[in-house]
Amino acid sequence: MRRLFRLLPLLAAVVLLGSGCAGTNLVRVQPWERATLTSYALRPDRDALHTAMMEHTFFSREAAAGGRGVGGNGCGCN
Amino acid sequence: MSRRELSLLAAVVVAVTSLRGAIQPGDRFPALTGDDLPRLAGEALPEPAGRIVLVDFWASWCGPCKASFPVLDQLHRDYGAKGLVVVGVGVDEKPAAAADFVRRLAPGFTVVHDRAQRLVKAVAVPTMPTSYLLGRDGRVRFVHRGFHGERSARELRAQIETLLAEKP
Repeated sequence: MRRLFRLLPLLAAVVLLGSGCAGTNLVRVQPWERATLTSYALRPDRDALHTAMMEHTFFSREAAAGGRGVGGNGCGCN
Repeated sequence: MSRRELSLLAAVVVAVTSLRGAIQPGDRFPALTGDDLPRLAGEALPEPAGRIVLVDFWASWCGPCKASFPVLDQLHRDYGAKGLVVVGVGVDEKPAAAADFVRRLAPGFTVVHDRAQRLVKAVAVPTMPTSYLLGRDGRVRFVHRGFHGERSARELRAQIETLLAEKP
């Protein structure tokens, strides 16, 4: 019983933290509220040229030959 | 910290993080009628008591919802006369988008628009689409999260047949 009392502050912290994440303290977009998020304007790949430029930057800076299109790592020679 | 104390902590964490308030199998489903649930397609809802009801929450911006409509329509045609009532509940914030979606897909089953999103909030659907299969007593028997094509169609069909086979 004494050990349980010793654990009480820790339990209280877990409950508070957990309820904070699962409750109303955070603004959560619910599944039925995602109309705006699914709109075309918010798609990260809506502009082909922009996507190509980002991919080029990615494989040049990260030395990932083939960009995201292939598996494995690059040789670092870009 | 002993194993017992760790188990206790783990149980508390799981209990706290799973407090979601969503409708689960065994729960009674809220009423599907009301002034804020105008009908967009199909016939007026019959009295659900004593029938199997399939409630599907959809939105016009949800791709799997669109894919599920022909399957729901087929279920309505196959089991409607045997006692199944299919109800689509649109949750679009824009009434025009919901009406346009229904006009394009032209479902044969009943479709209503939860224009104030009252019902969907009460049910707290975990994802879009989600469908609930209610038994003859009005309680939720099965919950389908998302729509997974042929697999979902097969599961729905099997569950509907199970429920229809039960004595009223």
